[in-house]
Amino acid sequence: MKVLVTVKRVIDYNVKVRVKSDNSGVDLSNVKMAMNPFCEIAVEEAIRLKEAGIATEVVVVSLGVKACQEQLRTALALGADRAILVETEQELESLNVAKLLAKIIEEEQPGMVILGKQAIDTDNNQTGQMLAALTGMAQGTFASKIEVQGDKALVTREVDGGLQTIELSMPIIATTDLRLNEPRYASLPNIMKAKRKPLVVKTPEELGVSIKEHTKLIAVTPPPERKGGIKVANVAELVEKLKNEAKVI
Amino acid sequence: MSILVIAEHDNESLKSATLNTVTAALAIGADVSVLVAGSQCQSVAEAVAKISGVTTVLVADNAAYEHQLAENMLPLIVELAAGKTHLLAPATTSGKNIMPGVAALLDVAQISEIIRVESVDVFERPIYAGNAIAKVQSLDAVKVLTVRTTAFDEAAQEGSASIEVVASVCDAGKSRFVSEQVAESERPELTSAKIIISGGRGMGNGENFKILEAVADKLGAAVGASRAAVDAGFVSNDMQVGQTGKIVAPDLYIAVGISGAIQHLAGMKDSKVIVAINKDEEAPIFSIADYGLVADLFEAVPELTELL
Repeated sequence: MKVLVTVKRVIDYNVKVRVKSDNSGVDLSNVKMAMNPFCEIAVEEAIRLKEAGIATEVVVVSLGVKACQEQLRTALALGADRAILVETEQELESLNVAKLLAKIIEEEQPGMVILGKQAIDTDNNQTGQMLAALTGMAQGTFASKIEVQGDKALVTREVDGGLQTIELSMPIIATTDLRLNEPRYASLPNIMKAKRKPLVVKTPEELGVSIKEHTKLIAVTPPPERKGGIKVANVAELVEKLKNEAKVI
Repeated sequence: MSILVIAEHDNESLKSATLNTVTAALAIGADVSVLVAGSQCQSVAEAVAKISGVTTVLVADNAAYEHQLAENMLPLIVELAAGKTHLLAPATTSGKNIMPGVAALLDVAQISEIIRVESVDVFERPIYAGNAIAKVQSLDAVKVLTVRTTAFDEAAQEGSASIEVVASVCDAGKSRFVSEQVAESERPELTSAKIIISGGRGMGNGENFKILEAVADKLGAAVGASRAAVDAGFVSNDMQVGQTGKIVAPDLYIAVGISGAIQHLAGMKDSKVIVAINKDEEAPIFSIADYGLVADLFEAVPELTELL
C-alpha cells in the first residue's frame, strides 16, 4: 500500500507571532519556519506504517512557495521515499489545496492519505475533510490510533468528551491528533541521504486546477489585550475576592 | 438570508453548543432553520423547537444518522443547502468533522471558528492560536461557517418552531461506528462548565489531580489540564485546554501549577475571571490573571477546598 502524507510550511510554533502594523497580516519576514506540528505526526505515522510492513512507499506532498522544499527534505530525512511539491506563489485556501491534492491522489492512487488535522497558522482544520468529500474516500479525522485490517481501517478519534472508534473502507483519509504518536528526529546520515531522494515539482496548471479566491482577508489585528490583575496574599484573601469582588463563587 | 444550523446532540439531549450557534445565526439574519439528524431523536427535535428565533426544525431520523458519520451527513446537508445562504455548525469535533466536506461539495470555502459576525458576509476569526484576529469576507454565494461557541451567548429557549420531517436517507456504506469511550464524570463538560479548575506540569503526577477534583466538587466545576500535563501522561487528552485542545471561556478559570504557555492561554484567555496559583512568581500566567496567588499548590489548593 502506498501512503501519501502532506506537510505544510508554517511559522515555527515557538515563535511569538506579531501582527504587522498596517494590519495586512502577520509578520513573517525573518522568522523561523518549520513543518507544521500536526504534519510531523502525519509523517511519523506514515513511516511507522512502512516500518510495520503495511505501507510499501511513503510519498510526501507539500504545496506553496519554493521554500517548502525544506520541509519536504525534512520529511525525506525522517523516512519518506519521495516528494512532490506543487509550487505556486499564490495564496492557497484550503479548498484549493484539497483540489490540488485530489489530482495528486488521482495520479498516485494511495491506499491511505494522512494529513495534520490543522495548521498552526490559519487554524482552519479543513483540508483533510474537504479532500475526503472531493475524492469520495472515507475519513477518520482527529485520529489517535490507526489500525489497518485488510481492506478496512479502524480509526480511533479524539472527540469532545472522549474517544470514538470507527471502521472505514479503504482507501481512507486520516487527519492526525496529538496523541497518535511522538515524532522522531532526523539523524544526520539520514539528512544527508535525503538530499538524494527524488523531489518532483509540479504546478497547479500542470494539474489542471485553477486557483480560485473564495475569501478576502480584510484585516488582521492583534487580539484585545488582557491586563493582569492583582496578587493576593493568601488563600483566604483569594476566596474573599472571588466571593465579594468578582462574585463568581 | 436563509440560514441552516446543524444541531449537535446525542440523540437524547441537545448540546448547548447549538444554542450559541443559533445566536451567531441570528446575528446574520432572521430566517433560521435547524437540522436535527440522528436516530430516534424526537426529544432533541422538540428541544430545538423551543430555541427562540428558530423558525423551522428539520428532522432526519434514521439509523444512518445515529452517529452523524461524515460520509452519511454530507449528502443530506448538501441536499438541504439548496436555497440557503448560510450553513452553520458549532466548532466542536462533530461540526469540524462534517462542515468542511459540505463546503467542498458546494465548491465554497469554509470560514472556521468565527467569533464575530460583522455583516452577512464579513466575519472575524482567530488565527495563529488566537494571537491574531482575521477579518474575512466570504466571496461565495453560500457561506459555510463553524462557530466558536464561547464567543456567542446561548439563545433563549422560549420559542415554538414548527417541526418538519426530512425523508431522504443516505447511507454511503463506507464507514461504520464501532465504539465510544466517553470519559465518565459527574462533573460538567469542560466546554460548557461555568467554573473550571485546571492543573499543569506543577501537579507532579496524575494522582495529585485529586486535590483539584476536591475543589471542583465543592464548586460544581470541571477539571482541565494544560498540554504539558497531558504530554507528561498525568491525565487524558480530553481534559486538555489550549490551542490544540478545548477552547473554554467559563466565568471562573483557576489555573493551578500552570506556567502559562501561549498554547494554553489560547484556550482559556477569554474566561471572565482568571485565578492563577503558582509558586513561580515570574510565571507568565500571572500577567493575564485577575487574581494571582504565589504559593505552593499542595498547600494552597487543600486550603482552598477547606475555605469554600
